Amino acid sequence: MAVRTRTGLVLARMLQALPTIAGVIVVTFVMTRMLPGDPAVYFAGPMATPESIAEIRHQLGLDRSLFEQFWVYLGDLARGDLGMSLVAGGPVTEEIMRRLPASMELTMFGLAFALGVALPLGVLAATRPNSWVDHLCRLIVTLGVSLPTFFTGLLLIYVFYYLAGIAPAPVGRLDFITPPPPHLTGFYTFDALIAGQFATFWGALTQLVLPAVSLGVFALAPIARMTRGAMLQVLSSDFIRAARAAGLKPRTVLVTYAFRNALLPVLTTVGIVFSFMLGANVLVEKVFAWPGLGSFALEALVASDYASIQGFVLTMTMMFVVLNLIIDILYTLVDRRLEVSG
Amino acid sequence: MTSFGRHFRYVMSENPVTAVALGMVGLLTFAAVFGTVLAPYDPIATDTARALQPPSGSHWFGTDNLGRDVFSRVLAATRLDLGIAVAAVALSLVIGSVLGVLSGSFGGWLDRIVGRIMDTIMAFPLFVLAMGIVAALGNTIENVVYATALINLPFYTRVARAEAAVRRNAGYVEAARLAGNSEARLVAVHIFPMILPPLMVQISLNLGWAILNAAGLSFIGLGVRPPSPEWGIMVAEGASFIISGQWWLALMPGAVLMFAVLAFNLLGDGMRDLVDPRQRT
Amino acid sequence: MALLEVENLAIEFRTRGGTVHALENVGLSVDSGEIVGVVGESGSGKSVSAFAVMGILDPAARVTAGRIEFDGTDILTAGERKLRKMRGRDMAMVFQNARGALNPIRTIGQQIADVLRCHKFGDRGAIGDQVVAALKTVRIPDPETRAGAYPYELSGGMCQRVGIALAMACQPRLLIADEPTTGLDVTTQSTIMDLIRDLVRANRKAAILITHDLLLAEEYCDRIVVMHAGHVVETASTAALFAAPRHPYTAALIASTPRQDTRLAALRPIAGSIPDLRADLPPCRFAARCPRRIERCVNEPLPRIAADGDAGHVTACWRPL
Repeated sequence: MAVRTRTGLVLARMLQALPTIAGVIVVTFVMTRMLPGDPAVYFAGPMATPESIAEIRHQLGLDRSLFEQFWVYLGDLARGDLGMSLVAGGPVTEEIMRRLPASMELTMFGLAFALGVALPLGVLAATRPNSWVDHLCRLIVTLGVSLPTFFTGLLLIYVFYYLAGIAPAPVGRLDFITPPPPHLTGFYTFDALIAGQFATFWGALTQLVLPAVSLGVFALAPIARMTRGAMLQVLSSDFIRAARAAGLKPRTVLVTYAFRNALLPVLTTVGIVFSFMLGANVLVEKVFAWPGLGSFALEALVASDYASIQGFVLTMTMMFVVLNLIIDILYTLVDRRLEVSG
Repeated sequence: MTSFGRHFRYVMSENPVTAVALGMVGLLTFAAVFGTVLAPYDPIATDTARALQPPSGSHWFGTDNLGRDVFSRVLAATRLDLGIAVAAVALSLVIGSVLGVLSGSFGGWLDRIVGRIMDTIMAFPLFVLAMGIVAALGNTIENVVYATALINLPFYTRVARAEAAVRRNAGYVEAARLAGNSEARLVAVHIFPMILPPLMVQISLNLGWAILNAAGLSFIGLGVRPPSPEWGIMVAEGASFIISGQWWLALMPGAVLMFAVLAFNLLGDGMRDLVDPRQRT
Repeated sequence: MALLEVENLAIEFRTRGGTVHALENVGLSVDSGEIVGVVGESGSGKSVSAFAVMGILDPAARVTAGRIEFDGTDILTAGERKLRKMRGRDMAMVFQNARGALNPIRTIGQQIADVLRCHKFGDRGAIGDQVVAALKTVRIPDPETRAGAYPYELSGGMCQRVGIALAMACQPRLLIADEPTTGLDVTTQSTIMDLIRDLVRANRKAAILITHDLLLAEEYCDRIVVMHAGHVVETASTAALFAAPRHPYTAALIASTPRQDTRLAALRPIAGSIPDLRADLPPCRFAARCPRRIERCVNEPLPRIAADGDAGHVTACWRPL
């Protein structure tokens, strides 16, 4: 496509995502229709008579052809109807929206931690090759991708809660005695700050530390590796030498000239890392009793609540698709500037 | 000594880390094969009188809440965890490389369809997809293997496809084509064997990732069921004892899990250096 | 007193394959107002010498001997802070890969402004005007709009003009142009070189032109330094060099350079190639390729012999032509 304008490029990228979204919807539909046995039996419950099962089956539309069911499914999705949740006792969509802020807050803090450690580490390792920072970076990278997230979480709890006593008990977003702040965004830290409840803010923040770190440690490694690699490559390019020859200050050369150019591959890595984080959410939420989407999925698994499981998979995947789309678009906008460089 | 052997020795001496990784993997394989025979105690035998004892001379990794010896369970679990990972990776490898070589060699609609399928798989956060598949197909070990194999499929397909596409028009393939070989024979005899080295690197890195996946799934209760010893469920069972200070139930299997993943990751990095020194980090 | 004085410079690089003796006993001088050409094959050490003068050598490089004095400052012992103040302000460089030497994600206006700001050149409030003025001096049409362009939007010739603008922005006393026209088409080449010459002459600056193109050097330089394999083999005024080259390598270089009326059959390439700089080398590194080689060439350290009647024409050869 010879679309040159920025909006044109953005639209083109968004259109390219449509087949992917279509594929995702089809797969999630197929997943729940592959269930062993008869879904109507699950939904009807253990006390059901054959008549009530047939009734449920008709209600759920399971007696119609597969294509008709898919059509109904699409219609429901378009309306935002993900079915009824057994474990929540209400619409799946509602429950997901209720729990989403908890998971998002956790993921954002985890990502912030990962970036906050990985970016400077990668930059330092690249600017001081073969120093102790460089070796530390390589060590962290190798170990980081080998650490199972649930193991990290439990280890951190053991060391910082049981042994050192400086971390609060892993009982969720707040301890048992603190009530949540008035609901604004659902992000306890933000909402508490806005409401001026500093004690609640602090409580929410301290509860976040260990789970966010557990989530972030695994994400740390690929980001640090990519930052280091991208920085090394950029630092050896011609325009960096030219910038130094022009007498620009080292900080300017490093930040404005080198780092910004290295950010793009790092951004792509963040996209990949997000895939891990969405999955690892489930593990971390189990370890820390975090009431987010992950624990919702776990409850649904135990109860064979297929509507909830499907809703969970669909939600997590759509978040991933949207994030990748955003990264893709950003990349496309900056791409022309980079395509000719060394 | 063959030139590969010499090159191997050179890489091992240059990269002591790779040699160590090879040793670690060897140790794990040994444990997987002989673990059940060498275990000092029966992994599923309970002895409530001896429950929750910390690591000691007689119980190297301590005992769990049912009095079972943790070390024996961890040893026995090696077979299951490695087995699941190897089975899943083998399945991925076979299907993925065939699909990849075919799409890379022939292109056209086959390439497009395979590409679309792989793109759709990659559109999902992989662990979430595995959860969904196991939940849908049923909570068994076989389904864990299938799910893990499916989510790893795109990696092998992509590598195989790229390598095959590069070689499709390579000089020696062109020569064989001119000599009258059929396309099928070309693919089977000339292209397929040449893509194996890069695939080997993928395999080792993938094994680590597959082990993590399987353990993660069983940690949340999918796949392996108690009382089978498996690293993931052992950590899950031991998790509730951490806050009361009985760390060995969860952290011992977790540490061994990490050891295994690390071994395969290090080996994969080392193999990458062996196969293509240009990609060294 | 020369503006730039390089004496007896020796540089080596430590690499995995061994130590590369990149430069040995390299000397040259440049006065204000003159354009000195440094010519030689690829790998002769021309760029390394330039980087050494600017103080931007690779970390793997080590200066093992010599002295570089620029405007009274000893470059080799001056600290990094002092050197950084001088770079861009007193001495500046134009690079071979014009587009590659520019930051791809910053507009050319921003990049010129960066240089002006960092050297606190002129009025902070009027930076925009100064950028436009800088672009005007390198004869870029429509400078106000162009200032907002990214390097990928410009042609190779334009990028080189921008490179020159960046280098000249703070009016340095010395301009080093490292193969500034390689990769540009012939018409653009002469336009760029004319621009460089005009800017240098107009303000009595000094310039070093590094090139492998002898004809270019002949047309634009006042004096020429010929390098081979990390050695300076001959130094002379342009006229003297082309009229009567004294080093066998210079003569061979001139003979192998095609001119407009040279026929293909008449081309005489130089036999052999640049020796491996990691190996043990004889005192004269051209000896292996030289038809006039004698015993002394591989046994005794090279002399510096001035021509009769022309003290500026110096050759490092036992048997000059």
